[in-house]
Amino acid sequence: MPTSEQEQLNLDEYKYGFKDPENYVFKPQKGLNTEIIRTISEMKKEPEWMLKFRLKAYDMFLKRPMPNWGGFLGDLDLANIYYYIKPAEKESRSWDDVPDDIKKTFDRLGIPEAERKFLAGVGAQYESEMVYHSIIEELEQKGVIFISSDDGLKKHPELFKKYFGTVVPIGDNKFSAINSVAWSGGSFVYVPPGVKVEMPLQAYFRLNSENSGQFERTLIIADEGSEVNYVEGCTAPTYSSDSFHSGVIEIIVKKGARVRYTTIQNWSNNVYNLVTQRALVEEDGTMEWIDANIGSKLTMKYPSCYLVGKGARGDILSLAFASKNQHQDTGGKMIHAAPHTSSTIISKSISKNGGRSSYRGQVKVHPGCKGVKSSVVCDALLMDDYSRSDTYPYIEVDEPNSSIGHEATVSKVNEEQVFYLMSRGLSEDEATGLIVKGFLEPMIKQLPMEYAIELNRLIELEMEGSIG
Amino acid sequence: MHICKKLEIKNLHVNVEGKEILKGVNLVINTGEVHALMGPNGSGKSTLATSLFGHPNYEITQGEVLLDGEDILEMDVDERARKGMFLAFQYPSEIPGVSVVNFLRMASKARLSSNGGEGMSAREFRKILKEKVALLKMDESFLSRSLNEGFSGGEKKRMEILQMNMLQPNIAVLDETDSGLDVDALKNVSEGVNQLVGENFGALIITHYQRILNYIKPEFVHIMVDGRIANSGGLELVEKIEAEGYDWLVNSPVASAV
Repeated sequence: MPTSEQEQLNLDEYKYGFKDPENYVFKPQKGLNTEIIRTISEMKKEPEWMLKFRLKAYDMFLKRPMPNWGGFLGDLDLANIYYYIKPAEKESRSWDDVPDDIKKTFDRLGIPEAERKFLAGVGAQYESEMVYHSIIEELEQKGVIFISSDDGLKKHPELFKKYFGTVVPIGDNKFSAINSVAWSGGSFVYVPPGVKVEMPLQAYFRLNSENSGQFERTLIIADEGSEVNYVEGCTAPTYSSDSFHSGVIEIIVKKGARVRYTTIQNWSNNVYNLVTQRALVEEDGTMEWIDANIGSKLTMKYPSCYLVGKGARGDILSLAFASKNQHQDTGGKMIHAAPHTSSTIISKSISKNGGRSSYRGQVKVHPGCKGVKSSVVCDALLMDDYSRSDTYPYIEVDEPNSSIGHEATVSKVNEEQVFYLMSRGLSEDEATGLIVKGFLEPMIKQLPMEYAIELNRLIELEMEGSIG
Repeated sequence: MHICKKLEIKNLHVNVEGKEILKGVNLVINTGEVHALMGPNGSGKSTLATSLFGHPNYEITQGEVLLDGEDILEMDVDERARKGMFLAFQYPSEIPGVSVVNFLRMASKARLSSNGGEGMSAREFRKILKEKVALLKMDESFLSRSLNEGFSGGEKKRMEILQMNMLQPNIAVLDETDSGLDVDALKNVSEGVNQLVGENFGALIITHYQRILNYIKPEFVHIMVDGRIANSGGLELVEKIEAEGYDWLVNSPVASAV
């Protein structure tokens, strides 16, 4: 049900397309070279090993080819991007310390509201640094660390160094290599053994400043028997030339631990969103990825679980919404490298107004990993005859004693369903919107309530005027 | 809530996929009246039902349909519903992921707010919904299930009648609501219809069989043959058809004279 505020929106403009005046402390030139890398490292006052890491990654970046699969990357000019921008001198601990114009942006994104709902902690990435970061005392007392990755490196150097770059190796792919060169911000989370964090940890991401790259680097370590739920939401303002986002998320799920990582991304239509998300899951651990991708020009994102301990479990719920001039190339990857590991991938995609969504997924079972179970279900919904949906499942099973399932459906919004709902008094838009919401319902019910509401609202906005 | 009183179908011709199915149907339904429409398979009964509600695949080539004098053929499907018309579908669509209760709340708001009327409170809505569910001898667990998804034929039909009871239409068309129902379900469904019968409710009951007419008593019975109303009368027509079938009508001068 659109509110009066939403009705006033000019839908040609992106919902969160407001733009703050740029007021940054430091702004280097575009592109990457060893000089820029040294400057970034110096400004961050990093230890020598991190500078070496960045330089080595730069080497890898130069050597790695651009992917020739997935989406079209021909318009992406990596030399025409700012790789590091620092918005304010230091991070803020309390809301009062946050600079006013940044605060205004967060206000529009509803962050204070989220905090009023007593969320466990807020880390908001504005440009490349964490500017606002708070943790309720209770968490600190339990020994939970939830800080920016930059701070993680400074304050917990040993822990950080031990795990950083272990899940996503330095030269894993071209884009993780860029991230390793230029990473800034992101969250560092450590949950001690047996500690269960009840409230979700939330971080909001926002790109600003034309052509700014955003290379957040998140590292989450859930120690034995612990539980944590991390939620990330992204919005970006509209700009004329292309923006580039390439995050790396590394998660370590120790024995018997449980991690849920939820992303709701709503990039504006000019953003390249090329993200590497990977979890290493040890014995009896559980990793859940919930990944909702709306907007962007091209998203290539395949959350992965490396199930390396007996009985480890991985679940992926993936949602993609592709509209005009958008390509969502998303899915997931499950690597079964231990016996009795299990996984599910559920992917739901919607394409409209000529948008394209592709499911790309891999399930691999290593030899000798007996008793593996895996199930993949992909459902695609096409809103019209001009949109497109593809499925690229890769299944590689080297162990006969395993049970692997794959189902894929493609459906079009059905005229009979629309007629049926309209015959009960719903308008055509309401009827179509209801069918789409119903299609996504199994996914949305997994989200924390405020995110479910936000996602529903984003989808309503995306759906408006989609008919005729 | 908008209340309508009279549906007039005048010389209605309808093509489906280029083929003429209705060849000049004339019928008037007032609120307060129950009409039955019978006829052999393929005579156009369901086509009539569906075209009255504006299905895009049904092309009206001639004629008028007036609701209280207003041409409804120009109205969108949803507007007809908000004006007080209701179609109980022969094959209701399944809508996965949309719960019955949420759907009914939306539909009931749309119906009640027609003509700028007041909606009902959530509490009031739930109370009425529970009463109607009990009336139709349905289990309340239905309300949280996805609309029609995985419902048996009989459950779908009950759901149609539940919706009709919630939306309180003035002119309802029931398209073979009785087919596929066992005796108990037939009784419940009929009870659901009879609850509404009154001065603000008129119905056209499309059926193949006499048995639903044992529970819902129509004053008017029409027989459709080859896209036209071949004969109209009272309940005695039903008995004649049970006894003799439709053959006497197919070859009758009435059918061929129109």
